[in-house]
Order: sequence, then structure tokens, then C-alpha cells
Amino acid sequence: MRIFTLLSSLLLLSGCSGNWGWYVVNPATPQGWINLKFMLSGLVYTVQLSATAIAISIVVGLLVALPGLSPNKWLRGLSRSYVEVVRSVPILVLILWVYYGLPPVTGITIGVFWAGVLALALSDSAFQAEIFRAGIQSISRGQYEAAYSVSLGYRDTMRYVILPQAIRRILPALGNQLVYMLKMSSLVSVIGMQELTRKANELVVSEYRPLEIYTVLVLEYLVLILIVSAGVRWLERRMKTDERG
Amino acid sequence: MNQTAGAQGPFIQFAQVSKHYDAFQVLKNINLDVAKGERIVICGPSGSGKSTLIRCINGLEAYGSGDIIVNGLRVGVDRASLAAVRGRVGMVFQQFNLFPHLTVIENLMLGPMRGRGMSATAAREIALRYLARVRIPEQADKYPRQLSGGQQQRVAIARSLCMEPEIMLFDEPTSALDPEMISEVLDVMAELAETGMTMLVVTHEMGFARRVADRMVFMDFGEIVEVAPPETFFTAPKSARAQDFLQKILNH
Repeated sequence: MRIFTLLSSLLLLSGCSGNWGWYVVNPATPQGWINLKFMLSGLVYTVQLSATAIAISIVVGLLVALPGLSPNKWLRGLSRSYVEVVRSVPILVLILWVYYGLPPVTGITIGVFWAGVLALALSDSAFQAEIFRAGIQSISRGQYEAAYSVSLGYRDTMRYVILPQAIRRILPALGNQLVYMLKMSSLVSVIGMQELTRKANELVVSEYRPLEIYTVLVLEYLVLILIVSAGVRWLERRMKTDERG
Repeated sequence: MNQTAGAQGPFIQFAQVSKHYDAFQVLKNINLDVAKGERIVICGPSGSGKSTLIRCINGLEAYGSGDIIVNGLRVGVDRASLAAVRGRVGMVFQQFNLFPHLTVIENLMLGPMRGRGMSATAAREIALRYLARVRIPEQADKYPRQLSGGQQQRVAIARSLCMEPEIMLFDEPTSALDPEMISEVLDVMAELAETGMTMLVVTHEMGFARRVADRMVFMDFGEIVEVAPPETFFTAPKSARAQDFLQKILNH
């Protein structure tokens, strides 16, 4: 099914070919092969960037979500404000701000990679917090009461009873965020991160073949994301086996 | 109403306990002493405050004014006193509230390991012992959803017993069960009563009440209307409200 989607999109594209110059990325020619390898060399950065950012955003998201569920209204307000503020800043703006704005303010220079990770993680953490909040709120009051009645404290109740169930429920949403993150990592190209999109841009500048090169770029993201989606679905199925029927 | 039971003084004491939900008063000036080993069955119309009453004992609900003393320890709202009380008081819920992501044995081991700090080996041993006592040792490695309602409730009872509590609270333990499964749960509870466990049971199972209860507590509109031994309560209820209630649940 996925292979079919891929092939049909390829056919559709080659069908409307007038002046295609596929030679730029034809692996059969020496220059085409070099170009293709150049484009693919960005893959590792795209993956590293997204994976690191999502890992951080999950942790930060949870740390923001928990006070948001507290009976204390100040803690709830703090969590709420974080979500509202961070959510209203466009990712691209955040990337620029972190890379160009943070060093003069803090005196700390950070590399392109960590600036990208920081901006992506920060932006995503607000969404992660909302996902965690909804997931945790979906667990019934009775689960807390049962845990408290066998002498578990708040921390153990969260760790052993509530979060394991909440995470199973929000797994599809976390998968969506991962896909979103992979796509948004392309924006980090603007500060010079050598990921997939940046590589494609550089190649376009030297080869003047934007149509072909960006088509390959589209396919790179498509394949990457289809693989990730399949992985998330597999994980969902595996964890579903011990959820309530 | 403030009947003192037993020479060693009350094991659980309610002294002028009241509780409001906004303008609505759920508990009105509750006074009740329960002796060690006593079996109390609490009944009354829905919304009469029965569940709230027993949920105040282990602090699942806070009460507004008055005192609840459990074995010399006042139930407060601070973490330390709640943890201390919850270590002594087990609770069985109407909806079982088993942990669906854990197997039966893991459900039973969680409290002993995380609440009492026992090792996995010791927790497993105690879990298997109580699972055998509720007569479902063969279900240890199943998930709750694979069990019948009656079996799930027996697992829930075993889970509480693994904490080796001094008091067991039952909040309508058979109300969510299919009729054919009610007796298997009541039998386990009756056996538990024979071991001398102090029990407070909110239930509409009047046969069980007659068989097991030392005293009946009848509640209506947030207050204790009548406290009497079951034979007196069922044959000669004093208050009109209790008479009315009994007529409704016994004659149909």
C-alpha cells in the first residue's frame, strides 16, 4: 500500500515531464551519483536533530504538564502561560531568535545544531504538554484512589499507575508530533544546518535544477516519514495488547 | 447514637464530622465509634452520604469539621498523616479500579513494593498467599480485562489485603457485578469477617448484612439516623425513614 502510494506519486510527476533534467540526480552517471550522495548526506542531521529535539520536548512537555494538573492555581497558571506563550511563536521565528538573539543576551554561543534542537524542542514542548495533560486527564479518578489506597504517594502513583496508561493512549499523538518535528527540522536550514533541505538548496544553487532536486527532497521526506509512521504503528500495536479491552 | 464499643476504646472514631459540597451538606454532625474487629454495614438511600462517610476514613475525601481518629491517629489533609492512615486502611471500590496495564500479580505486588518498601520476592510471596485466599491463584499472570467481574473484585480485595491492613472499607463492592457473581465476592468478604478484620461495608445486600454485621448504620440526608444490631434493625426499625427504606428494598 505504501509502495503503491510512492510509485503512483512518482509516475504522476514523470507524466507531466516537459523539460526534466533528471541527469542531475541520476545515479548511473558519476556526477549524478555524487549529487545524490551529497543530498542524502543531510539525512543523518535531519534525523539527529529531530530525534534529539523530540526527546527533550517530551521531557519538558511532561514537566510543564504536571503542574498544569495541580490543584494549586499558581502552578496551573504558570504551566498555562508557558504553553500559551511558546505556542504563539512561529517555529522559524524561534529558530532565528535562539540562534541570533540568545548569544548576545546570554553571552553563550551555541552551534547551529544545538540552536536548532533548542528551538524545535522549545516549540514542540508546548504541544507535548497539552498532549500529556489530555492523556493524564483521561485516566479515571478511581485509578488514583486505588493507588493511594495501597499507600502509593503522588510520585509513585504517576510513575507506576497513571503515566504508563496515559502514554499508551497518547502514543498516536506523540507519533504525529514526531512526524511534525521531522518536517519542521527543514526550517533549521535557514541558519545553515546541513540537513536535507539545506543540502538540496546548495545543490540547486550549483546545478540550477530546482525541479528535480526538490522532487528528490520531497521523496526523501516522504520515505523517512513513512518509515517513522510504520514504526509508530508497530509500537502502538505492541503496547495495545495490554490495554483494557 | 454515640455507642462506645469494647473496653479498649474506639478503634475508629467519628466526632462531630461534617462536610459540605458548596451549599449542600453531605455529612451532618456524624458521631460513630467502631471497635476493633467490629463489622459495620452502612445502608441508606443513594445520596445519603454513605460512600462519603467511609471515603473520609482513608482521606480520599477531606471532611470539613470535626475529627476522625483511626487507632489514635487523626486523619488530616497533610501527606504524612494520610500516608500513615492509608497504610492501615484497605479499600475495595464499586468499580474495582484494578490497574489495567498490570497483570493480576503485578496489581497485588505494587502496593507492598512501593507503599511498604518490600522486596519483589517478599511482595510476590504475599501476593500469592492472598490470591490463594480469594481462590484465584491460577489467574496470577492474566490481565484484569481477561477476568470476570467477580474475579476482578476478588483480585481487588486481595490487592488491599496485601497491605495487611487493620481496617477494610468496602464501597458498594457488589453493585457493579452481574447477579450470579455477587455471592462469590460476598463469600470472600464473609470469610474475611471471620478472621476478625474490622470492616465497614456500604452495601444493599441485606442478606450479607444479617449474616455478617455486628451493627447496622442507617443514613439518610447526610446524617446517621439509626444504629442497631441487624436483628433489631430488620425486625423493629425505630425511625420512620428506616422503616420506609427497608420496605422499599425488601418488599419487591
